[in-house]
Amino acid sequence: MKEEIIIAGFGGQGVLSMGKILAYSGLMDDKEVTWMPSYGPEQRGGTANVTVILSDERISSPVLDTYDIVVALNQQSLDKFSPRVKKGGILIYDTSGIHKLPERNDITIYPVNAMEATMEIGHPKAYNMVVMGALLEAMPYKLPMENVVKGLEKSLPERHHALIPVNRQAIEKGRTLLGS
Amino acid sequence: MLPIIKNIYFIHIMKEEVRLMKGNEAVAHAAILYGCDGYFGYPITPQSEVLETLEALMPWETTGMVVLQAESEVAAINMVYGGAASGKAVMTSSSSPGISLKQEGISYIAGSELPALILNVMRGGPGLGTIQPSQADYFQATKGGGHGDYRLIVLSPSSVQEMVDFVGLGFDLSFKYRTPAMILADGIVGQMMEKVVLPPQRPRRTDEEIRRQCPWATTGRNGERKRNVVTSLELESSRMEIINHRLQARYREIERNETRWEEIGVEDADYLIVAFGSIARICAKAMEMAEEKGIKAGIIRPITLWPFPKEAVEKAARGKKGILCVELNAGQMIEDVRLAVHDSLPVEHYGRLGGIIPSPQEIVDALEEKLINNIP
Amino acid sequence: MEIEDIIKEENKVYSKPRLLDDVHMHYCPGCSHGVVHKLLAEVIDEMGLAERTVGVSPVGCAVFAYNYIDVDWVEAAHGRAPAVATALSRLWPSNVVFTYQGDGDMAAIGTAESIHAANRGENIVMIFVNNAIYGMTGGQMAPTTLIGQKTATTPYGRRVDLNGHPLEITDILARLDGTCYVTRQSVHTPASVRKTKGCIKKAFENALAKKGTSVVEIVSTCNSGWKMSPVESNEWMERNMFEKYPLGDLKNI
Repeated sequence: MKEEIIIAGFGGQGVLSMGKILAYSGLMDDKEVTWMPSYGPEQRGGTANVTVILSDERISSPVLDTYDIVVALNQQSLDKFSPRVKKGGILIYDTSGIHKLPERNDITIYPVNAMEATMEIGHPKAYNMVVMGALLEAMPYKLPMENVVKGLEKSLPERHHALIPVNRQAIEKGRTLLGS
Repeated sequence: MLPIIKNIYFIHIMKEEVRLMKGNEAVAHAAILYGCDGYFGYPITPQSEVLETLEALMPWETTGMVVLQAESEVAAINMVYGGAASGKAVMTSSSSPGISLKQEGISYIAGSELPALILNVMRGGPGLGTIQPSQADYFQATKGGGHGDYRLIVLSPSSVQEMVDFVGLGFDLSFKYRTPAMILADGIVGQMMEKVVLPPQRPRRTDEEIRRQCPWATTGRNGERKRNVVTSLELESSRMEIINHRLQARYREIERNETRWEEIGVEDADYLIVAFGSIARICAKAMEMAEEKGIKAGIIRPITLWPFPKEAVEKAARGKKGILCVELNAGQMIEDVRLAVHDSLPVEHYGRLGGIIPSPQEIVDALEEKLINNIP
Repeated sequence: MEIEDIIKEENKVYSKPRLLDDVHMHYCPGCSHGVVHKLLAEVIDEMGLAERTVGVSPVGCAVFAYNYIDVDWVEAAHGRAPAVATALSRLWPSNVVFTYQGDGDMAAIGTAESIHAANRGENIVMIFVNNAIYGMTGGQMAPTTLIGQKTATTPYGRRVDLNGHPLEITDILARLDGTCYVTRQSVHTPASVRKTKGCIKKAFENALAKKGTSVVEIVSTCNSGWKMSPVESNEWMERNMFEKYPLGDLKNI
């Protein structure tokens, strides 16, 4: 098993922390993991992306050309990374704000309206967990939910543990979006 | 208040042996766990998490380790000099421009024959440059950096785990040879999160142990012994030459004993890739991709950049068709590689500059262009 | 009185401090450094601190201070003595750490380190010898050189428009919350020597009591650099230096 994933969007959308929770969840499932962020000023408002690799074996490069799964949360990220989905791979993108659709027919594409779903559950800050739910549902490697919860516990500071039920709810909501 | 904090930290470490951490955070934990006595630093991207993590962990409440945010990199390295002079295990960390500022102090530490650990999480230069990853301080780290004839033991980590391990190794080697050691990391290893196994808590040495282990240290004259003076000054040239010879003899000893490297698939390969730090891992991925195209490449990763594993490189290069040095600079380590193989085979360089990280495919392309198709 | 009588213990009126080494000093005849060294050696010995005092010597004329006073020493890079002392003091809190710095070290190249160590209130003693000139390198302008004063790099006298103003670093240090005791003294008369000794002692007591940073400035002469006889230097100092750098306590908490 090896999943090479990039999550890309605006700074402030929770891209890096979603990657962190994903990496921690993998760690709780006894996988080798790397989490490699773009870092710097783009943390505030610009574009941000994070590469997460989950694997049964020792991971070589934390930096990749192509990905098994691309999660794009704005137009720039979609333009940049949709050509870099491996043949047969998966592209998930949030439809809100997207005016130019990806042109690939050799991959599986899941347009999801994560923004709208987030508004429905009434927790705007849980946006990235809605996206995470969609990712977990689409990913061939099935991460057990109990390890995702453990990942949440590990990556969130203790003072935020009260928010774990909300995050679970957001993930479950996200899981339902693929077919829509 | 104090005992509660103490317990939280140790229980935390004990029940969570395997953790996910950034390289910079991991260094902070490792410093405490390896019994470091003092850390002195100044914020600079991309390594500020070292100081931030130490301040958050408050080790002065647990192990008694001193942590201080200095007024400048210059002050920080001179605090390290003072701490090292008194026999304590002390360290600092910075990134390229800050490391340039520290060079005078590093030269004093080397000239005074003191142990100390310096972490450089390299960013792109020259000047203020960029905050993105780079390996452009190879020359500075391995060829001196400051003034005078000295060397640093330079350790190059390629994973978060090695960031942890090299804190312990760096302190051990610097105390063994009474010479400063540097961990030459890059922004990738500093910012990346990986699984890491933390070492058990090594107790800090007691003052009595330090007095025994470091009879040269300025611990206070303490009755029976004569005063200790830590200085790099000797105006009498004949004596200064003796000091220099002593340093050089020690550097030869380090070369004999402490050269470290890693080899991946070297024996069956037609081509050899030489790369250090996180770039060696990108090369490992490139090696797999090249193999799918029928190109057999092996990797040698110098772990000690000084002493450079020249014999290992020379041996690994035997029978190969060519060497590709992949570095995040314009060609620095390649000089050591060329010296090692005496131009007995083609040695080419592939590098990205200014904070750009090459992708594995780029490296495969470079291998094909420069060594297989010989495109200049 | 015969010489045998003079050297009898009961007739002794003065002896070299025990911690001062019996060696020739490299200082010029008439220089203030020797007197300040003697006072330090006396104070450290009288307070019983020889085994737990660590000195930090500067770059400047006092670079070799470690050859004269029998305590542990670290020789610092130019201007960095307060940073070195910070670590020595924090890592060995039971030791007493002092820096010994000249005007270039304290107020030019090392201004940041001086101010920040004092501002942190490091429990150290800073001995500051201000002779308004760079002695070691051959008499160039110091940050404390007076207006009109001739030096190797101000051969026609220091000019404000070219060289700026004399820097009153001690006054600045006195304004910082980290300092507990800041005083300016001299060692050109027996009375001033006795007074300065008391000040150095008080500074060491403060360090022992962890009260913060103590600064003892000693307005000094450099007869070689000033190109005067020692006596003329003392007179010139009284006439010119004390006006800009008046003696007395600037702060005593």
